[in-house]
Amino acid sequence: MTDSVKRAAETPDEPMPYAELGMKQDEYQRVCEILGRRPTGSELAIYSVMWSEHCSYKSSKVHLRQFGTKAPKSDALLVGMGENAGVVDVGDGWAATFKIESHNHPSYVEPHQGAATGVGGIVRDIMSMGARPIAVMDALRFGGADQQDTRRVLPGVVEGISHYGNCLGLPNIGGEVVFDPCYIGNPLVNALCVGLLRKDQIKLATAPGPGNKVVLFGARTGADGIGGASVLASATFEDESQAKRPAVQVGDPFMEKLLIECCLELYQADVVVGIQDLGAAGVSCATTELAAKGTGGMTVDLNLVPLRDPTLRPEEILMSESQERMMAVVTPEDIPAFMAICQKWDVPATVIGEVTDTGRLVMTWDGETIVDIPPGTAADEGPVYERPFHEPEGQAALNADGPERLPRPEDLRETLLRLLGSPNLGSKEWVTSQYDRYVRGNTVLAQPADAGMLRISEVMPGAEETTRGIALATDGNGRYARLDPYAGAQLALAEAYRNVAVTGAAPLAVTNCLNFGSPEDPEVMWQFAEAVRGLADACKTLGVPVTGGNVSFYNQTGSTAIHPTPVVGVLGVIDDVAKRVRSGFPAGDLRVVLLGDTRDEFGGSEWAHVTHGHLGGLPPAVDLEAERGLASVLVAAAEQGLLEGSHDLSDGGLAIALAEACLARGVGATVSLPGDDAFVDLFSESASRALVCVRPEAFEALAELCGRHEVPCYGLGTTGGTSLVVEGTLEIPVAELRETHAGALPAIFG
Amino acid sequence: MNAARVGVVTFPGTLDDQDAARAVRLAGAEAVPLWHADHDLKGVDAVFLPGGFSYGDYLRCGAISRFAPLMDELIPAARAGLPVLGTCNGFQILCEAHLLPGALTRNEGLHYICRDQGIRVENTSTAWTSDFEAGQEIVLPVKHGEGRYVADADTVSALESSGRVVFRYVGGNPNGSLNDIAGIANEAGNVVGLMPHPEHAVEDLTGAPSVDGRGFFTSILKKLVNA
Repeated sequence: MTDSVKRAAETPDEPMPYAELGMKQDEYQRVCEILGRRPTGSELAIYSVMWSEHCSYKSSKVHLRQFGTKAPKSDALLVGMGENAGVVDVGDGWAATFKIESHNHPSYVEPHQGAATGVGGIVRDIMSMGARPIAVMDALRFGGADQQDTRRVLPGVVEGISHYGNCLGLPNIGGEVVFDPCYIGNPLVNALCVGLLRKDQIKLATAPGPGNKVVLFGARTGADGIGGASVLASATFEDESQAKRPAVQVGDPFMEKLLIECCLELYQADVVVGIQDLGAAGVSCATTELAAKGTGGMTVDLNLVPLRDPTLRPEEILMSESQERMMAVVTPEDIPAFMAICQKWDVPATVIGEVTDTGRLVMTWDGETIVDIPPGTAADEGPVYERPFHEPEGQAALNADGPERLPRPEDLRETLLRLLGSPNLGSKEWVTSQYDRYVRGNTVLAQPADAGMLRISEVMPGAEETTRGIALATDGNGRYARLDPYAGAQLALAEAYRNVAVTGAAPLAVTNCLNFGSPEDPEVMWQFAEAVRGLADACKTLGVPVTGGNVSFYNQTGSTAIHPTPVVGVLGVIDDVAKRVRSGFPAGDLRVVLLGDTRDEFGGSEWAHVTHGHLGGLPPAVDLEAERGLASVLVAAAEQGLLEGSHDLSDGGLAIALAEACLARGVGATVSLPGDDAFVDLFSESASRALVCVRPEAFEALAELCGRHEVPCYGLGTTGGTSLVVEGTLEIPVAELRETHAGALPAIFG
Repeated sequence: MNAARVGVVTFPGTLDDQDAARAVRLAGAEAVPLWHADHDLKGVDAVFLPGGFSYGDYLRCGAISRFAPLMDELIPAARAGLPVLGTCNGFQILCEAHLLPGALTRNEGLHYICRDQGIRVENTSTAWTSDFEAGQEIVLPVKHGEGRYVADADTVSALESSGRVVFRYVGGNPNGSLNDIAGIANEAGNVVGLMPHPEHAVEDLTGAPSVDGRGFFTSILKKLVNA
């Protein structure tokens, strides 16, 4: 029997399964107050998904506001937080839209489909801004490389990203793969997509104009992913994760490719008034959000939703997270043109409703009204929690247990090789060779480059060409954030900012994916509050606004949470993409130069992790002014054509940066160290440093530039030969570096 | 004289059509978009079937595309001598359409692989390879999950003895192809299929670290000009 509004009014005491849908009792009470009666089953379905942690940000909202209140003034920001993705002005009439989003929980339950649909979801967010998606990246965290379950999760995740992204025709240009036992029960799959559009053609998720038609287009609706947002992403795994498998969505990248081309033609034809993708919470989310941001009302006949499974009930249709679906608002006059374009691309499209000015979202099923709610109450007026938080017990002891007590190595050659062959610092080619980095023909830089870079060319028919390019990097170090979440979030931003700058692009804007344990744990909540505060403060100092992002809570098993892992993505712009700087030593007889100062900093370092399994003390000091100065030098030097190669220093310090620079093109180098402690010089992870190489005659100009920006500059030596030589300390043939570096992951994953 | 006109085919799920069209234009020819659902080759002088996942690779790579309306025009035209180049999914479609013998199956390693691959040009008498030197070693990207060339023993030996193995992998076989076969031609040499991607190796700034793909386009342009 259909649970209609009429029936709900007549049966006020009928018990409703709100707890099973993840809703708290007081939240359910609020729904009853809003409606003045008990909700119908369909209304309960809508509120339960829209008020879930995943969709409502109810625990994080009070903290995330800082990204707005502390935002630096930026003329580049065209659309800020709160839309499907932020949009920034990248010059010459072009705008870039980019966002990173988690798909952690589904990827643990079913790695292939979980990761695949993570890519699909973020790509639709970018499409819904009116953009052509042009590239993807993935920031991944797995348990220890040698742990049993990592061998299940990692190959599945990589295959899922590979299959979906490759089939979609988007180059995968970068990202991260990090191993740590803390992620064994909660791997992180953070997918980023970037798109381009003309800045006067931004589309928004809004449904204005009474009488306009509501069109659902793309894949048919099935039973997959029902309750994904509320069940999977908003609760902690216990033992029954297998039973939750049906809540993972299944992707069809072929349909998504058709949707991309179809949407771009719809935009070109100017037949779209408002548009929204269907992601978490499916039809519930799209209808309530579109209606809430438009004229305020909408009618929908749920019987018209095309189904893959004809037995679905209205509650299930509302909650289904079937992939590759979009919802558009179209004027009645444009409907024929809209439908013709969908037909050309074999994309099913159905008018399922109409915009009204009643202020109510009304849905019918078999002629009966089953939903009648003010849409804003579901979309925007969800619960807001001021969760309690306090510093974790043992945080002070953790910070007091510094790396000073660890024995330091005599044999630095052996140390370098051990680090270079470790899973976190070894070559990621086993993963990245499964991704197409070339498709669409605009990839200027891709992994293992510090940042991915794309030329802006042939984005859409008729658009003018430009010399500009965009660069993107993601970074995040969970160990640093565990030691100090405030500094850890700032270091993540600093590294991504630096990774963009070393390519010659000027950092412009930020997206972030905040991966934490349960917000109901005050110690986790403290980590979250500190990380957000740190990131907001650093964005202000560096002058790069947060444009959007995503929070993923409940990444914990039992009472054990992952390291707090803020992953930060930075987008930059290079005025002339031909001036991009690559990361390795391109040839011999170039001067090797270290920019930035090195201090004795090993807290949370890769060395402490690999050689001692130690995590304690404090992360490297944050100096954002130094970071900004360094970026200014790098961008100006690239613009003046001074740099032949440029590489950021991060995990593993100078030693790893030198090894990677040699490996890029098989060119060796002979250097001497500037300090008096070779171990510190080589392996410390002090921030705000980069390794560059210049033609000898360009060194003076570089030094002068460094002087102007107060960036310390040390000539280390010269490129050339077939070995990496650190005078008086070590000598390793590049071939041996290669063997060690390349063998790290194949040794484990085959 | 007018620029040569090279058709670039788009099926639902074709991905490298933009790259292919750009490579054609950079070589000085006109790139003419051809749509799978049209019975119309638009009078082009040659056809490029680019890579991708046409029809999602459902059923079998290229198996559905082979029945597209455009193919009803292309297959007889190719048999009559129209120069046709198929790369990656385009190669798979040419095999499914029986314009070329054999088939492309799942990579030996079972993983999709994207890498810059050494290739030796074994035959420089085809429409698409005349600008290379015999035995020339070039670098082109490969990027595929199903690129392992297989055929029965008689077919392979016929291909080998008649010089129709046009490209061979060197420096490691990425997918387990028989005899390291990377690409083949039909008997007349006007139809060539290969798994590597010349269209991703035509510019210094982007794509693979080589511009060796240009040779395909200069070859066909010279042939069309001299025809």
